[in-house]
Amino acid sequence: MKYVDEYRDAELGQALAAEILATVDPDHHYKIMEVCGGHTHSIYKYGIDDLLPSNVELVHGPGCPVCVIPMGRVDDGIAVARQPGVIFTCFGDMLRVPGSRETFLDAKASGADIRMVYSPLDALRIAKANPDREVVFFAIGFETTAPSTALTLKRAKAEGVSNFSCICNHVTIVPPLRALLESPDLRLDGFVGPGHVSTVVGARPLEFIPAQYGRPVVVSGFEPLDILQSIHMILRQLAEGRCEVENQYARVVPYEGNLKALEVMAEVFALRPHFEWRGLGFISQSALRLSNAYADFDAELRYEVPGVRVADPKACQCGEVLKGVIKPWECKVFGTACTPEHAIGTCMVSPEGACAAYYNYGRFAREKAVV
Amino acid sequence: MAESVPVSDREQRILGIIETTRAKRPRFKDPAITMAHGAGGKATQTLIEGLFVPAFASDALSELGDAGQVEVEGVELALTTDAFVVKPIRFPGGSIGELAVNGTVNDLAMAGARPVGLSVSLILEEGLSSDDLRAEVEAIARAARDAGVQIVAGDTKVVERGHADQMYISTTGIGHRDPRARLSPTALAPGDRLIVSGTIGDHGTAIMLARGELGLDADIESDTRSLWPAVDALLDAAGPHLHCLRDATRGGVASVLNELARASHVAMIVREAAFPVSPVVVGASELLGIEPIYVANEGKLVASVAAEAAEDALAALRSVPGCEQAAEFGEVRTDPPGMVLVETAFGGRRVMDQLVGDPLPRIC
Repeated sequence: MKYVDEYRDAELGQALAAEILATVDPDHHYKIMEVCGGHTHSIYKYGIDDLLPSNVELVHGPGCPVCVIPMGRVDDGIAVARQPGVIFTCFGDMLRVPGSRETFLDAKASGADIRMVYSPLDALRIAKANPDREVVFFAIGFETTAPSTALTLKRAKAEGVSNFSCICNHVTIVPPLRALLESPDLRLDGFVGPGHVSTVVGARPLEFIPAQYGRPVVVSGFEPLDILQSIHMILRQLAEGRCEVENQYARVVPYEGNLKALEVMAEVFALRPHFEWRGLGFISQSALRLSNAYADFDAELRYEVPGVRVADPKACQCGEVLKGVIKPWECKVFGTACTPEHAIGTCMVSPEGACAAYYNYGRFAREKAVV
Repeated sequence: MAESVPVSDREQRILGIIETTRAKRPRFKDPAITMAHGAGGKATQTLIEGLFVPAFASDALSELGDAGQVEVEGVELALTTDAFVVKPIRFPGGSIGELAVNGTVNDLAMAGARPVGLSVSLILEEGLSSDDLRAEVEAIARAARDAGVQIVAGDTKVVERGHADQMYISTTGIGHRDPRARLSPTALAPGDRLIVSGTIGDHGTAIMLARGELGLDADIESDTRSLWPAVDALLDAAGPHLHCLRDATRGGVASVLNELARASHVAMIVREAAFPVSPVVVGASELLGIEPIYVANEGKLVASVAAEAAEDALAALRSVPGCEQAAEFGEVRTDPPGMVLVETAFGGRRVMDQLVGDPLPRIC
């Protein structure tokens, strides 16, 4: 397929792998974090790990929007979904994320009207088609998906769709990255930077990483050649003693971001003082709520939600996996009590989650090029 | 420069635990039925192997073939049944009636049985228009004629409006087992070549687009058809070297390969780039973030053939109308048993696992 196959060319991949091999210092063990769940997924799907030298280790970061939703928020969503007359909508990935007692899929099986949508606009369409029902959209995602939620709410307001509301779980990428970098047990050499998020916010907000923490960042696309090239760029910065933000994904990411999208987000959302992240705990100013101008569409105000903080299961080490402190298989319950069929932690639920990716694809990715 | 890196003991042990768990017969412990149980992936497998098979305890059933084998006074028969709840009932390339005939005919064909007779049960929703019913009855008759099978029995039930969605169909089929080969899901042997009879993912993509929920529009038709002519050609060309056939319906080719690898305790290595996929399916899958190997087919089979007969089998298959794009995509190995490994088009390797649940219910 045109515009896609070009970025999956196996010969170019081999050539890049050879360049990477020539760039690394054989005596150094490199740890590079890919921030986005989308990168993690591509790495496993295409077997990119196989093409890297054995002393280049990829650590899976916190950028999977499903993985970071805490159980309490799922419980809140289910409580709203069970209200009489409510049609509850969310993305397919969310359906199997465990709350403290059940998943959305379980709630659906026991009678809640829960529907999967591909876009918030689909949820608005359902609201317009069912004027006698209340339609609630469970919004998740980083700055990547926040603009589409914002535009949907703007349209709902303009068209006066009063039976539509939104539980806003949108989060922002910089605060958790900062929290990671502050963490004393973290040892990383560089970052494969978020691609889709940067199409919205630009590459500039990542400048603090080299400036304050001395780690190179390369904003990367999601095709296998993109990721290999970004890893090469990080390794080259390290080899040449440089430390800066580079933009591998310039075909999509403008350095200053998408000003229109940022404008819409500023109108519809406001920063929450703090938000709980699965495994990472509370991080201040890390998430968005609906702004006062859009309070009428805020399902958290429209419905009574339990709003109870539910502690992560004790055995679950999602937090350490998200921080890259441990590998998925090092978690106490990985592959035994926690599997994709019966997930304890969210990292196992989403196919982009580090644990699910490792469980599905990682077991036989053991043959590696040795320096 | 590729060489195995020693994996730590603990990682090795944990990987071992996962393999053992996967190989065990699953137990059905879920508190209620969710849509995942009907999706053809892991949850369906748990339901079948954890509840149905132990409860019914019959040898024919525990083989987990597409059709059960029965012998009546020396005559070898195959028996199968299938229910159809597809939504919408009409879609580009076919309809529920046509699907109901071909689905059951194909399950018989996969057991190496020539379809002989079908029964048809209809569950109709109050208010269904007679024109819709007539169109489906005609579709059933036409598909049966095309497949050379007779409709010999039937039943009709009507339920209140809202208690079914337009119409559901259940068909049962009986077939005569062909003496040219002994096909079984447990008969795959290391060295076998794996063949698929044409482009994959057409049916699932057609249904997805026909629902109109995605706002995508493209020219793709369901591949629903009787696979008996393809099976007949394979039996002619490969005879006893043909070891196993399976039609890749719900869960797609990936689910079928996993089921067979488990049933025969063999490994498979498949080449991602070797699967024939139509450009529309590639495009739609790309947009939706799904992989064509997990998308349903209604007229495609996967064959495991001994290496010496693989070339003839492939040539024979390609001469059958609808199977022109048949391709060899992999081979059966010994190790690691029960696993399907993929060589990605990009040059890496990964495990091709079963889906836990299908994001797309009611495709057949």
